[in-house]
Amino acid sequence: MKIVIVGCGRTGAFLAGLLAAADHDVTVVDLDRSAFTHLAKDFKGTTLLGSGMDLDVLRQAGVDKADAFITLTQGDNRNLMSAQIGKQIFGVKQVIAKVNDPIRANTYRKHGITTFSRTTILGTLLDAMLKNDPEVGEILVKRARAHEARMADAL
Amino acid sequence: MYFVIAGGGEVGFHLAKALLEAGHEIMLIESDRRRAQYIEEQLGSVVLNAPADEGRFQLEAGCQRADAMIAVTGEDPVNLIICQLAKWKCNVPRVIARVNDPKNEIVFKALGIDETISSTRVLMSVIEQELPSSGFIPLMPLTGSHLELIEAEIGPDTPSAGKSVRSLGLPRGTAVGGIVRKGSVLHADDDEVLEVGDRLVILAPTKDESEVRKALSG
Repeated sequence: MKIVIVGCGRTGAFLAGLLAAADHDVTVVDLDRSAFTHLAKDFKGTTLLGSGMDLDVLRQAGVDKADAFITLTQGDNRNLMSAQIGKQIFGVKQVIAKVNDPIRANTYRKHGITTFSRTTILGTLLDAMLKNDPEVGEILVKRARAHEARMADAL
Repeated sequence: MYFVIAGGGEVGFHLAKALLEAGHEIMLIESDRRRAQYIEEQLGSVVLNAPADEGRFQLEAGCQRADAMIAVTGEDPVNLIICQLAKWKCNVPRVIARVNDPKNEIVFKALGIDETISSTRVLMSVIEQELPSSGFIPLMPLTGSHLELIEAEIGPDTPSAGKSVRSLGLPRGTAVGGIVRKGSVLHADDDEVLEVGDRLVILAPTKDESEVRKALSG
C-alpha cells in the first residue's frame, strides 16, 4: 500500500515506522524539519518538508496515488482541512483525521471523513481499565506495550 | 440583516464597525479574552468571547437565525472549519471565508465554500487596474455564479489585433459583451475585426481566466 501521513509528531512518526517496517510505501509530510527526528534511525520511508494543506506538496507526496491518507498534526482544523483535500480533491479512498474535539470528530464523521478523537479513545480506555472491564482495550494495551518494549530494546 | 463575524482581528473589528454603522445587527466571536474586551469597549455588547470553530459557541452566537457567517481569522483552516460548521450545524444560508493564502480559494470552493475573499487578490486587482500597460484586468467576480467580468485592451504588440472576435479562440462558455472603441460601444459580432486600442468586456468562467488571457495576448 502507498500511505501518506501528515504530521511527524510522536504519533505520526510511530505509525510511519510501523507501516514502513511492514513494507508499505510510506511518505511523511511535516512543516518543521526537526519533527523528522521523531522517526527511528532505520526508517525506510520518505520524508517531505512542507505544508500538508498545500496541493503541490501533497501531489509531490503522491497523495493522488495513495491508498490511504492520514492527518496527525496538532491542529484539529488543519487535520480536517488536509483530510478533506485528500478525499475530495485527490479522491483517496481511505482518509483518517485525528480530531481531538469529540464534537467536531462526530460532525465530520457524518460528512464522510473518518475521524478519531484521542480524548474519547484514551478516556474510554482509562475508564475501562479502572473498572477492570475485561473487554475494552485488552488487546490494544497488550499490543501497544509490545511495541514499546521493542522500541526500548532497539535503543 | 444579522451577521456573525468570526475573528476579531483588524479585518473583523473594522468589518463589525462598518456593518453596525450601516444599521445591521452583528455578533463578533473572538477567542482572545483581552481582544474581545477591547472590541466590546469600542462597539458595545456585540462580542462573544469564545472559539468560533466549536459548534456550541456558534449556536450561542445565534447562528441559527444569522443571514451570513463571515470567517475572517488569520488562519485558513480555521476559517474553513468555521464556515462548514455554520452551514452544517446552523444552516446559515450564506458563508463567506477570508483566505490568506490565495491558493486556498480553489481548495475552499472544492470543499463547498463558494464565497472567498483573498486580500492578496483584491490588492492585485487594484494594482492591475492601476497599470494600464497590463491590458488584462479581472474587474470582479459575479456573486454565486463562478463567472468573472474581465476587461481586456488590445495592445499593439498582441496577436489579437486584426483578428475577428470569432477567430480569437476564446474558451467555450465565454461571452464578449461589448467592444469599446474610441469611447463608444460596439456590438461584439463574431465578424467584428479588432483594432489596437479596443477594450473588450468579457464574461468568462473564473476557472478559464488564464485561457482567456492566453487567447488575447498569445
